[in-house]
Amino acid sequence: MNVQPSSGRPVKPRVGLFVTCLVDLMRPSVGFAAVKLLEDAGCIVDAPVQTCCGQPAYNSGDRGTTRDLAMQVINAFHGYDYVVAPSGSCAGMIKAHYPELFEEDPNWRAKADALAIKTYELTSFLVDVMKVTKVDASFDGSVTYHDSCSGLRELKVRNQPRKLLASVDGLTLVEMKDSDVCCGFGGTFAVKYSDISGAIVDAKAKNIEAAEAPTLLAGDLGCLMNMAGKLSRDGKPIQVRHVAEVLAGMTDDPPIGVAKAETVK
Amino acid sequence: MSARDEIFANIRRSLGVNGSEKIRQQMVADRLERSPKGVIPQRGQVSGAERLALFKTMVETSLATVTEVSAPAEVPQSIALFLRNHNLPATLRMGDDPRLNAMPWSETTLEIAQGPSEGRDLNAVSHAFGGIAESGTLAMVSGHENPSTLNFLPDNHIIVVSAKDIASDYEAVWNRIRFAYGKGTMPRTVNWITGPSRSGDIEQTLLLGAHGPRRLHVVVVRD
Amino acid sequence: MNVHSTSPEFKQNAARALNDSQLQKALGNVKQGFIDKRRMAADKLPEFEALRDSARDIKNHTLEHLDLYLEAYEEKVKASGGHVHFARDAAEARDIILTICREAGAKTVTKGKSMISEEIGINHHLEAHGIRPVETDLGEYIIQLRNELPSHIIAPAVHLNATQVEEDFRRVHTHLDAKRDLSEPVQLLTEARAVLRERFLAADVGITGANFLVAETGTSIIVTNEGNGDLTQILPKTHIVLASLEKLVPTLEDVSQLLRVLARSATGQELSVYTTFSTGPRRSTDADGPENYHVVLIDNGRSAMLGTSFEEMLRCIRCGACMNHCPVYHAVGGHAYGWVYPGPMGAVLTPSLIGVDKAGHLPNASTFCGRCESVCPVRIPLPKLMRHWREREFERHLTPATVRSGLQFWGFFAKRPALYRLATRAAMGALALAGRQRGRFSWLPMAKGWTKYRDFPAPQGETFQARWKRERKGASA
Repeated sequence: MNVQPSSGRPVKPRVGLFVTCLVDLMRPSVGFAAVKLLEDAGCIVDAPVQTCCGQPAYNSGDRGTTRDLAMQVINAFHGYDYVVAPSGSCAGMIKAHYPELFEEDPNWRAKADALAIKTYELTSFLVDVMKVTKVDASFDGSVTYHDSCSGLRELKVRNQPRKLLASVDGLTLVEMKDSDVCCGFGGTFAVKYSDISGAIVDAKAKNIEAAEAPTLLAGDLGCLMNMAGKLSRDGKPIQVRHVAEVLAGMTDDPPIGVAKAETVK
Repeated sequence: MSARDEIFANIRRSLGVNGSEKIRQQMVADRLERSPKGVIPQRGQVSGAERLALFKTMVETSLATVTEVSAPAEVPQSIALFLRNHNLPATLRMGDDPRLNAMPWSETTLEIAQGPSEGRDLNAVSHAFGGIAESGTLAMVSGHENPSTLNFLPDNHIIVVSAKDIASDYEAVWNRIRFAYGKGTMPRTVNWITGPSRSGDIEQTLLLGAHGPRRLHVVVVRD
Repeated sequence: MNVHSTSPEFKQNAARALNDSQLQKALGNVKQGFIDKRRMAADKLPEFEALRDSARDIKNHTLEHLDLYLEAYEEKVKASGGHVHFARDAAEARDIILTICREAGAKTVTKGKSMISEEIGINHHLEAHGIRPVETDLGEYIIQLRNELPSHIIAPAVHLNATQVEEDFRRVHTHLDAKRDLSEPVQLLTEARAVLRERFLAADVGITGANFLVAETGTSIIVTNEGNGDLTQILPKTHIVLASLEKLVPTLEDVSQLLRVLARSATGQELSVYTTFSTGPRRSTDADGPENYHVVLIDNGRSAMLGTSFEEMLRCIRCGACMNHCPVYHAVGGHAYGWVYPGPMGAVLTPSLIGVDKAGHLPNASTFCGRCESVCPVRIPLPKLMRHWREREFERHLTPATVRSGLQFWGFFAKRPALYRLATRAAMGALALAGRQRGRFSWLPMAKGWTKYRDFPAPQGETFQARWKRERKGASA
């Protein structure tokens, strides 16, 4: 393997894209944006057959199913130099929680640790590992950015997306108030405690609107669907996209929750 | 089984111990004996004029006021002036601290009462055991010299502290207390006071003078 | 028996709270004040993060040696002339306190703010036996007038506005001029100070909690900003300290570490105004102070938490930072949690103390945003512990049947990647087709909770994996 002397990482690392179930099902364009960004950064990208990281089961207290899914992910991804997900939440699941699932199983614990070490959220992988300082993209207008909780607090993703956004031609980042406060999604929480979730996303939507940027970006599709759904319900014409779409310059698809035919101003 | 015995039995069962493990006993005895210090903020680790300046800044940060006099004999005049400047009556309650007793109160027109407060005093003065520069805190020790009620009942509390008794940190005060009272022994009450009484319980608005003194004034005596 | 809980009705409580405009206005104060103050206090102290580690380690060490430190503490209290009582549960604690009050011939009892006293419901017990308890912390006094539980562990009346307090004072302080002006918060404070001053001076017994107990010296510590805790404990003839077992720390140095993170995390102060270290009753050299000093050490579920994953919760020093930073608390306030301890710490502690069958909603009503853990001064992994409760519920089949069957259905496919690809491909294709017109759904079966407040964005259509197989794998295969 050809290794870069300074960082110890392969010159052309083989990256397994953990596309995440939400991107897979709801918004595959985010996955292809991630592929482009990784390939532009010099990676060889593959997307092995996959389903879900197991978070819905994990956060519902079903450790058995979670372990089964974790083993499935470990088996599918162990052969890559890195595993990258366009989501702080799913990357955080693999990085921070897989190891503790196998506390009583040293064999699987070792495998989980090995996977955890090489798993990254997309923007932090690009900046921290691949040392990307500039992306080849342009975007006309100002955006505001929401820090999704898992990425921010479990993986310390904060400056990386901002750094990359700053390199996009024509883009201005306007910070919203409380960008680090939860949007109220929380997976099944949004359905199980919909009243509370509704109140939290209401507060978030007000902060988004107050930033007066026509576009909202974030790094997690769950949060994005929540915020986009709220903004459209309230009739706010704010375009919502995954940050990878803008960084990859792939903004031809309509924003989240907008139909192909619909003209967006 | 008594409640005490059952609680101990439950704790030990939960921890998986029986209480007679030598290693555990040794660890506990060792910590109680050595009282390791932990993390001490650099902020207070200054001496001389710098420490005094930090103490005064921190006292003011706590919304108390502070003044400095160059000798114990100047304290009564300084306190009289403070009361006059705030339009407060020239009355003052104090314990029988020898340091306060030795001050020339008769040079002022202050009407002095002695002994603990019964809750109707406007002004009181106490002598601190020490000060803590790190946070602008006064350390008070209970006793007939400085009754604890004087720290809380009067509207205006004045604390006299010797500059030489202002320490960098809390730990230095504990060392002095151990030296004065013996290891493992405490005065009945030690009060750390950091500013005047306050409450934020109504709409999170900060209001001074909740139950304790509305004003706290510190007089530092240089030696 | 502990005080009554409405935790099983959490959802209804929350819905009511969300529709209470008065409450929503008051909750704005939590979001505004505490967070910035804590951040500024933490930023001003370079060693703050190291102190959090130190605080965590001290608590862990103490809990691992709790039996031995308790013995050392008990011995020191006795040596200083105090009494130590042990109570297995709330009822036993109430009986001990009542007995001490009766021995003191007490008619009125003043109280410093104490969460354990709320937990054991001592006020009602004393009242039922002809003794009048008077809460003296301003916030506690206000909620006592309203016969409410605290809605926050350090700001008990944070759910109220000044006008509500004014109404309560006019209703209760009938001896005062009905035409007096109470329009400013400071006037309310002044009135409470005057009324409570008389109570302080008349009380026969003072009851306080303890923020910490020190094994080295047999000392109990209370931390207040008002000074009410001190007047409660130095004026009456008898002082009773109520403390749960986990309040213990080894030495004065250890407690100094914890005090450095407590106020900063709670109110953003360097230190609270009054930190009081009490050791035994009045001595011959004292001019004031209580003649009798009793400590009631209360287990009420703590010893059973040791040695389990919930032992970490016993590190809690009750600063309130977790609730101050919690989006769920900000939305519904403290009363919705339905028992004594609200917010994230309550969501973990309450099931331990009253049972997960009653308090199961609490650890579930969290987005796991992790902000609580990020500010906890003793680094309690609150989301992880909430998840542990969910696991216990799942193991004990307490998880709602709809959630269980939904999980089973989803799990069946998620564990079978080939089938999953086929099924999702078909499902997303259909969903995309249905949502093609608008790009979103304002109503979906199975997701009514979602669509009640927001639209559900339609999928793009072809799944990533299908397209990947077609474009990449297909090409190379």
